[in-house]
Amino acid sequence: MEFEIKNGIVFDPLNKVDGERKDILIRDGRIVEKLKGKHETIDAAGRLVMPGGVEIHSHFAGGKETAGRLLRPEDGARVVYPKQNGLRSGSGYSMPSSFTAGYLYAQMGYTMCNTPAMPPLFARHTHEELGDVPIVDKSAYPTFDGNWFVMRYLKEGDPDKLAACVAWFMRATKGLVIKIVNPGGTENWGWGKNAVGIDDNIIGFDVTPAEIVSGLLEANERLKLPHSIHLHPNNLGKPGNIETTIETLELGKSVKSHSDRQSVYLTHAQFHSFGGDSWKNFESKADELAKYINSCDHVVCDTGNVTLDETTTMTSDGPMEYFLHNLTHLKWVNKDVELETAPGITPFIYSRKNPVHSVQWAIGLELALLIDDPFKVLLATDHPNGGPFTRYPRIIAWLMSEPYRKYYMDERVHKGAQKGSSLATLDREYTFSDIAVVTRAGQAKALGLSELKGHLGVGAHGDVAIYDIDPSAVDPSKDYKAIEKGFAKTAYTIKDGEVIVRDGAIVATPQGRTYWANPVVDHELDREMAKDLEQYFKKYYSVNLANYPVQKTYLKRGREIQIDARDVK
Amino acid sequence: MKEIVLKVKEQPRVGLEAENIAPAVFAGKSVSEISALPVFEGNSERRLDDFFEVTGVAAETSAETRIVIDGDVSLTKRIGQGMRDGELRVKGSAGMHLGSKMRGGKITVDGDCEAYCFQEMRGGTVHIKGNAGNYLGSAVRGNWRGMRGGTITVDGNAGSEIATFMKGGKIHVKGDCASFAGVHMNKGLIVIDGRSERRIGAEMIGGTVVAGAVDAMLVGFTLLENVKDPEIEGEKFTGTYKKYSGDHADTRAKGTVWVKE
Repeated sequence: MEFEIKNGIVFDPLNKVDGERKDILIRDGRIVEKLKGKHETIDAAGRLVMPGGVEIHSHFAGGKETAGRLLRPEDGARVVYPKQNGLRSGSGYSMPSSFTAGYLYAQMGYTMCNTPAMPPLFARHTHEELGDVPIVDKSAYPTFDGNWFVMRYLKEGDPDKLAACVAWFMRATKGLVIKIVNPGGTENWGWGKNAVGIDDNIIGFDVTPAEIVSGLLEANERLKLPHSIHLHPNNLGKPGNIETTIETLELGKSVKSHSDRQSVYLTHAQFHSFGGDSWKNFESKADELAKYINSCDHVVCDTGNVTLDETTTMTSDGPMEYFLHNLTHLKWVNKDVELETAPGITPFIYSRKNPVHSVQWAIGLELALLIDDPFKVLLATDHPNGGPFTRYPRIIAWLMSEPYRKYYMDERVHKGAQKGSSLATLDREYTFSDIAVVTRAGQAKALGLSELKGHLGVGAHGDVAIYDIDPSAVDPSKDYKAIEKGFAKTAYTIKDGEVIVRDGAIVATPQGRTYWANPVVDHELDREMAKDLEQYFKKYYSVNLANYPVQKTYLKRGREIQIDARDVK
Repeated sequence: MKEIVLKVKEQPRVGLEAENIAPAVFAGKSVSEISALPVFEGNSERRLDDFFEVTGVAAETSAETRIVIDGDVSLTKRIGQGMRDGELRVKGSAGMHLGSKMRGGKITVDGDCEAYCFQEMRGGTVHIKGNAGNYLGSAVRGNWRGMRGGTITVDGNAGSEIATFMKGGKIHVKGDCASFAGVHMNKGLIVIDGRSERRIGAEMIGGTVVAGAVDAMLVGFTLLENVKDPEIEGEKFTGTYKKYSGDHADTRAKGTVWVKE
């Protein structure tokens, strides 16, 4: 099938196209220079054309996501999507069910989503669910924060075996990225404790969170993984945690990235930019984090915006969720994973009338506005932790319109937001090009997948989002409602050269790819490391080593990224 | 007040989902429009007049509309769901989820009502002349925000787990009640004239339960005193009542249970 998207106003930052009227040609699922034969034409005159959206951090599928849905039947009852037009039924406001998540992302113009915290033991479950999420390409990030092998090799001072073991876990779990959640804290949680600073001791292993982060950083670059380490530092959501955040980011300064991407990815930065020492004198330290990120080149972050909704918080950070449960007294569940990590889940209501939540709302926007280069600060709500991903259009409108933010500041949120943050003083407004960066181009670049995703140059996947917004006619600053409405549903979403969404309605539901990394290290080293695996599996795991890895055939449409890392020996 | 009468013609083979039987839906519609309203029998869509004979006149507003259902509708679910005003009378027994999320108006049932009726109710007046099923006036499964307002009076008995997570309003059961009345209750008043089975007020952190008799109290309750002819939440009760505080299984416990001697 061949396509011509004519006369659209194109924003493609990776190819330096900034609002030009341009035709996009697609053949055999890829962007091409010329078409060969008969083709379908889509008239995009007066419409906004962008590459398909890329979601870098969203808990839309996986083990704890399913546990979250089970924990919250009342969230499922809140929104129900009936079975219609050949689509599956679904439900859930903060945690839409697997099929529905795929539909909703495609309707917003997203064509790739990544689930960012897969306990390795839940890999099989995660891939089963990812297989059910239609349309979008996806990947999963296995967690290494409390991994016994990692901590053992750190203690023994064996970086080679550490890298080999990370490579094995990537292959076994079909994961793409090293995710670190509250490094070491989840292991200490097994003893009823936590790790709040980067120099805390991890019980039983005598390592520190700083060593875990540095060790994995080094392994990541030696294995030449496409993305950097994906980091959720210690002390999430506690007043005054900005110090821990910056100390953690400093660890990445000395490690050189193997490619042109960052060496540390700080996720949901909003939750890590708190000042004060209690909830009473809680304040935003977004300016401090922004200053740090502006001054260096090794960090990219995402905002983790709070959207002031009732939502379900779920992280691999069990102690933090327990802390939240003690604040709210709402139900919670801990999903401890042997030898690996300890996720937790609890519902949370972000209230406009609450000063702390209002400041959190402000921090997410402050970060986006204070960090100069949009490639360094991407848009995400840490779905569903800061709010559901269906709120992205509103966040885009906030970023593009100072009056919209002012309206929220003056009339919607608690006055505490004015005192506790600098948002009221910021008059920067995002351009359409900036929005294209923070929702697709920046994501693809940070993930190291920018050859295929996040742009409209020749050779890229034929993923295009066409929105019913005329950039030459609309003033986003004044007409923010039109922006919010326009980004909510595309006029067309095209994925691999196939029309998926037409006028906001899903018309096709193909199976997306699942990307995973397979770094191949030196054979001898791999064999040596495998002996340790066998021993640990026999001694500690409740699963047999042979039953642990997820087979390639388990992935409905797997895409292996093979990496030659044989110099790791 | 104008009246629409639904006379039962045929019983559905499986549960009938009929949230369209509500004053706000009927208001301003003609009899033929009301007859054509969709209802779901299992997964197949049917018309209201496949099951009911519709007569009468609907008022322009829901507040002026009264619906009378003549016959047994114990297989018909979600009648009067989300009702804000107007009146509804069932001259027979009513099915599950009757008046769930109701905010106002008046519902009278001459017979019994099934389980899950008046869940998360916020206002209005309800009178059940027969017995009520389980989960009367409770929270939807999983929710921690249950009934917040309105009054429910049951002339007969009530089932298990009534008023779970109650946050306001009043439930009065003139007969007996099965176990777990007022579990996780936070505010509001439950009065059971007859006897209640075990685990009354389990994990309650606030609110008041009054019972004529209880099979056994939970260990989390502390007997405070015996009070003769107490006045509870502005109502006078005759006889000697034991006053308990609890449920101290939760550190925030500030609930009260009164049991008649």
